[in-house]
Amino acid sequence: MAEMTVIEAVREALREEMERDPTVFAMGEDIGARGGVFLATEGLLEQFGPERVIDTPLAEAAIGGIALGAAVNGMRPVAEIEFGDFVWPAVNQIIGEAARVRYGTQGRRTAPLVLRVPYGGGVRGGLFHSQSIEVAFSHQPGLKVVAPATPYDAKGLLKSAIRDDDPVIFFEHKRTYRLVKGDVPDGDYTIPIGKADVKRTGSDLTVVSYGLVLHYCLEAAATLAEEGIDVEVIDLRTLRPLDTDTVLESVRKTSKAMVVHEDTKAGGIGGEIAAVIAEEAFEDLDAPVKRVAGPEVPAMPFSPLLEAEFMPSAEKIAVAMRELAGY
Amino acid sequence: MATIGIELPQVGESVTEAVIGKWLKQPGDAVEKFDALVEVVTDKVSMEFPAPHTGTLKAIVAAEGDTVPMGAIIAEMEVDSATAEAAAAASEVQANAPAPNRVGTLIQGANVGPTGGTFKDTALEEQLANRIPHASPASDSVPNTAQTSGRTYSPVVSRLAAANGIDLATVVGTGRGGRITKQDVQAAIAAWPSTTPAPAQPVTPAPQVTQDGPVGEDRILEPSPIRRMIADHMVKSVSEIPHAWSTVEVDMTGLVACRTAQRQLFRQRHCADLTFLAFTAHAVARALRDNPLVNSSWEDEKIRLKGRVNLGLAVAAPDGLVVPVIHDADREGISGLAQRIAPLVERARSGSLVLADVQGGTFTLNNTGTLGSVLGGAIINHPQAAIVTTEAIVKRPVVISSPGGDAIAIRCMMNICLSFDHRIIDGAEASAFMQSFKRELEAWTVDSELN
Amino acid sequence: MTDADLLEMYRTMVLSRTLDQRIWQMNRQGRAAIVASAQGHEAAQVGAVRALDAERDRFYIYYRELTTMLALGITPLELLLGFLAKDGEPLSGARQFPLHGAIDRDRRDIVSFSNVVATQLPQAVGVALADKMRGEKRVTMAYFGDGASSMGETHEAMNFASIHRLPIIFFCENNKYAISVPISKQMNIESVATRASAYGMPGIEVNGFDPVAVYEAVGAAANLALSGQGPTLVEAVVERFLPHTSDDDDTRYRPPEDLDGIRDLDPIPATEKILRASGALDDALDEEIKSSAQKIVNQATEDAENAPFPEPHDFYEQVYAPGSPGDQS
Repeated sequence: MAEMTVIEAVREALREEMERDPTVFAMGEDIGARGGVFLATEGLLEQFGPERVIDTPLAEAAIGGIALGAAVNGMRPVAEIEFGDFVWPAVNQIIGEAARVRYGTQGRRTAPLVLRVPYGGGVRGGLFHSQSIEVAFSHQPGLKVVAPATPYDAKGLLKSAIRDDDPVIFFEHKRTYRLVKGDVPDGDYTIPIGKADVKRTGSDLTVVSYGLVLHYCLEAAATLAEEGIDVEVIDLRTLRPLDTDTVLESVRKTSKAMVVHEDTKAGGIGGEIAAVIAEEAFEDLDAPVKRVAGPEVPAMPFSPLLEAEFMPSAEKIAVAMRELAGY
Repeated sequence: MATIGIELPQVGESVTEAVIGKWLKQPGDAVEKFDALVEVVTDKVSMEFPAPHTGTLKAIVAAEGDTVPMGAIIAEMEVDSATAEAAAAASEVQANAPAPNRVGTLIQGANVGPTGGTFKDTALEEQLANRIPHASPASDSVPNTAQTSGRTYSPVVSRLAAANGIDLATVVGTGRGGRITKQDVQAAIAAWPSTTPAPAQPVTPAPQVTQDGPVGEDRILEPSPIRRMIADHMVKSVSEIPHAWSTVEVDMTGLVACRTAQRQLFRQRHCADLTFLAFTAHAVARALRDNPLVNSSWEDEKIRLKGRVNLGLAVAAPDGLVVPVIHDADREGISGLAQRIAPLVERARSGSLVLADVQGGTFTLNNTGTLGSVLGGAIINHPQAAIVTTEAIVKRPVVISSPGGDAIAIRCMMNICLSFDHRIIDGAEASAFMQSFKRELEAWTVDSELN
Repeated sequence: MTDADLLEMYRTMVLSRTLDQRIWQMNRQGRAAIVASAQGHEAAQVGAVRALDAERDRFYIYYRELTTMLALGITPLELLLGFLAKDGEPLSGARQFPLHGAIDRDRRDIVSFSNVVATQLPQAVGVALADKMRGEKRVTMAYFGDGASSMGETHEAMNFASIHRLPIIFFCENNKYAISVPISKQMNIESVATRASAYGMPGIEVNGFDPVAVYEAVGAAANLALSGQGPTLVEAVVERFLPHTSDDDDTRYRPPEDLDGIRDLDPIPATEKILRASGALDDALDEEIKSSAQKIVNQATEDAENAPFPEPHDFYEQVYAPGSPGDQS
C-alpha cells in the first residue's frame, strides 16, 4: 500500500498495464519526452521507447482516428487529449465512429481504445482549460465513460478501462491530480466499470456526485454530521453505464436525493439521474430531487472571484443539503 | 337607418388585443368613412383606427383605457340600411374565413430518400402490409399488490387528502392496479355529502319522481355516481362514528326583529340579502371557537383539534347535496358572512363550485328548517366531530319567567339539533357547545348593531 | 500483367457494370433505398486490387467501391443483400448503408465504418501503425474521393503516416465532382497528387481509365510500403458517369457539355478493344462473359428479393461486448 496522488495513480496504472500487455501503448501530444503536461506519462518513454510512447502531431482528430484504427487492428491504445477543451475535433472519430464500430459491424470489428481526458476547473484555467464535457460522451451508446475521484479508484478504473473491449473515455479532473492523495494498493487490482461506490453511508439524504466535487460533498457531509444530519454520499465513478441500482437503493432508504456536479445544470447528468429516480423510486420520495451544479454560462471565467462563483464548494453544497434535509 | 356595431379589426398577425386610446369622435358626431375614429394601441402597433362606414357615432362601448380583444365591438354607429346590410354580410364572410393551418398537413405520397431525392420505399410498404401486428406488452392484469394491499399514495394524493380530511382507506382507486389517483381524491372531495338533503334559502322543491310505469309495480332507479358516493359516505359515517344527539330550543324573537329592521338598509348598503343563515353561521362559528372539542376529528385513534373554523353549509345542488365551506367563519361579522354566503350558495346551486369552495371543512351547518322540519337527527359529515341543524322558526306560546312571575308570550322558537361523535364529545361538552350557540343567537335584539 | 490478367479484370468490370445497372433499376423500383454507382471507376478499382494481395492486405473503402468489392471476392448476391437491407448481408447485419460495416476478418479485411467523409483515413493510418508495431508486412489501402481530400482529417492522416513511414497507400479516385461541387471549387491545384509533397511522400497521378496504369502505380506504392519506405498518394483520374447517388439529380448542376464524350472514355469497351486486338477476346468469349454476368446478377436479384428482412429480436446486441457493463442484449 502506498499513498499517492491521482496523477501518480494514473501513471502507475498505465505503466503496469504496458508492462503486462504488449499491445497497450500510449499516444498523445507531449506525452513522450515531456512526460505529459501534467506528468501523467513521466518515465514511460524511457521505459518503453518511442514505438510504444508516441508524441503525436498537434492534431486531435488524427489522435482519435489513429487510436481507433490501431484498436481495430489488435492494439490497445491509450490516447491522451491534452485538455478536454480540445477534444472537439476528436469527437468526429470518437462519438461519430468509435462508438458505432461494434454495432455497425455486428461485432466483426471492435475498438478497445482508451481516451484519457483531463477536464474540469478550479485551476484558473478560464474558458478553455476548465470545461466539463462529460455528457457529450455519456449520452452516446457504444461508449463507456469513467470519471474517478480518488487515487484508489483512478488506478483500478484505468486498468479496467484498458482491459475493456469497448471504447472507454477516461475523465481525470485536473484539479484532483495533485490535490487528492490517498491509499493505493501495490500491484494489480481492478475496479469494475459501471459500479458506483458509497463513499459515506448515511440515513437522512442521498447525495450523488463524481469528480472533484465529490470531495466537497464529503466535506459538506462532515459538517452536517456535526449538526445531526446524516448524509449518504455516492461516488458514481462511471457515467456510462450509470449504476442506477446503487443510487436507487440509497434513495429508497433515505427518500431524499440530490445530485452534485461541476458541469452545468441544464442537460447535465444530474437530470438523467433525477429522471431515473422519478421513474423508479417515485413512491419512495419524500422530497423533490435537487441538483447542485454549474451555472448557465458558457464556461468558467478566468478571474478568481468569477471562477469561485462558478465552482461548487463545500459551503454551497452544505446549504443545499440542509435545505433538503429540512424539507 | 340602422345601428351597427363597430368591431376592432385585426391589426397585426400575432396581436390578440389592444388598448383603446383617445376617442376622436364623440356620440352624436357625424362620421365620414375613413375619418379617424379612435386611437388604438397594441405592443406592436399604435394607430388611428379609421371609421369603416359613413354615419353617426351613436355610442362608445369601449372606453379609453379599456383592453379589448380583436373583433370586439367598441362602438355603435347609426348608418343607412344599405350600409348596414353590407356590413352584416362582410362580417359573416369574415367569420367563415378559415383559421390559418399552423400545424400543417401530411402530404401522402411525398416521398424522400436517405439523402434527398424522391425514393418511394415499395419494399417497406409491402412489409408493413404483410405484417402481423405486434402484440402490445400485456398490461398489468394482475394488480400490483404493493398498491392494493400495501397502499402507497403519491405525493399529490397524500397532500389533497390531508388538506381535505379525506380518509384514503375509504377512497376507491381507479388507477393502475387499483391505486388511488389524484382524480379519485378530487371526486371524493367534491362528493362530500351531508345529511338529509335540504336547501338553504329560498326553497327549491325536491325533484319529483314520477310514477309512469304500470301502477303497483316496483321501479329501479340507477343512482348517479354522486349519489353512490353520498351513499358510501353515509354508511361510512354511521358505521364508524358512534352518534349521539342533543336538542336545544332557541328564542329567535330578538334575532327575527333585528333582521326585519335591518334588512332593507343592509341590502342597500351591501347588495346582499341579510339571511337567517348569516346569523346562524355567525353564531355557530363563535360557539365552535369557544368549544374546540366540537371542531375536531377522530383520526388514527387520536383527536385532532382543528386550528381553524371552516364552516360547511349544506346546499342542494343540481347533482346532489354539496357542502361549500366558509373558511375562518369565526373571523367574519354578519355582513362579511352574508356577502360570502350569497355567491357561494349561488355557485353551489348552479353547479359551478370550484375545489377550493368545498375543501377544508371542519364542521357542518344544515338549515333543515326551511322545509318545515322542527326536529332532526343529521348524520355527521365524516370525519368531522359533529353536525348541527337549525330547524324551522315557529311562533309558539312559551312561558317567560320574570321577577314579577311567570307569563305566557308568543315567541319565535327554533330548535337546534346536534349530532356528535361520542368518542370525542360527551353530553357535557355537547351541552356546553349548544348553550354557546344558543346564547349567540339570543343575543340579537331589534336595536343590535350589525357587525 | 498478362492477357489472362487483363481478361480477368475485364470480366470483373463487366460483372460490376451489370450489377451497377441492376441496382439503379432496383432503386427506381423502390426496392433499394440508396445506391452509389461505380460506373466510370471500374478500371481504377480493378487495377488497384490486382496490385495488392486480397488475403494479406487491408482495405479501408468508401461508398463507391462496388468494383473493388467484387474484385476482392464479395459476391453480387452479398452486395444485393446489402442494397436491399436484407438479413444475411455480410458487413453490418443491415444496420448500415450498403458497402458499410466490415467483412469477417478471417475472410477479408475490408472496412468502412461510416459514410462520414474522410474519417477512414486516420483510421487506416492507425491500422497501418498497428501492423508496423507488430512487425507485420501488410499494405493498408485507404480509398477516398476528391472531395475527401479537402477534409482536415485527410491531411492529419497523411502527415502522421509520413512521419512514421507507415505501410499505407492513400488512393484517391478523382471523378471531379463531390456531389455537385466541381473540382474547380474544391481545390486550387490541378491534381490531388501534388498534395503528397506537402507531407514528404511521393504522389502519383495516373489515368484511372487504364487498369494497367493503375495496377503499375499501386504496385509501386505497395513495394514502398512493404519495404518500410512509407506511404504514397496515388490519384486515379476518372469520370463520374452517373449522379452522385440515386438521390442526386445532376441535371441541376452538371452542364450537358460536361457529359459530352465522357462515355467515349468508358474503360470497359476500351479494355474490350485492347483484348480483341491482342486476340485474347473474341465474340464468343465476350458473349459468354456478358451473358454470364447477366445470369449471375439475375439470379442474385431473385435470391436477394426472396431473402427476409432482419427482425428486431437482436436489436440491442453488439452495443457493448457481450456480458460487459452496459450490455443489454
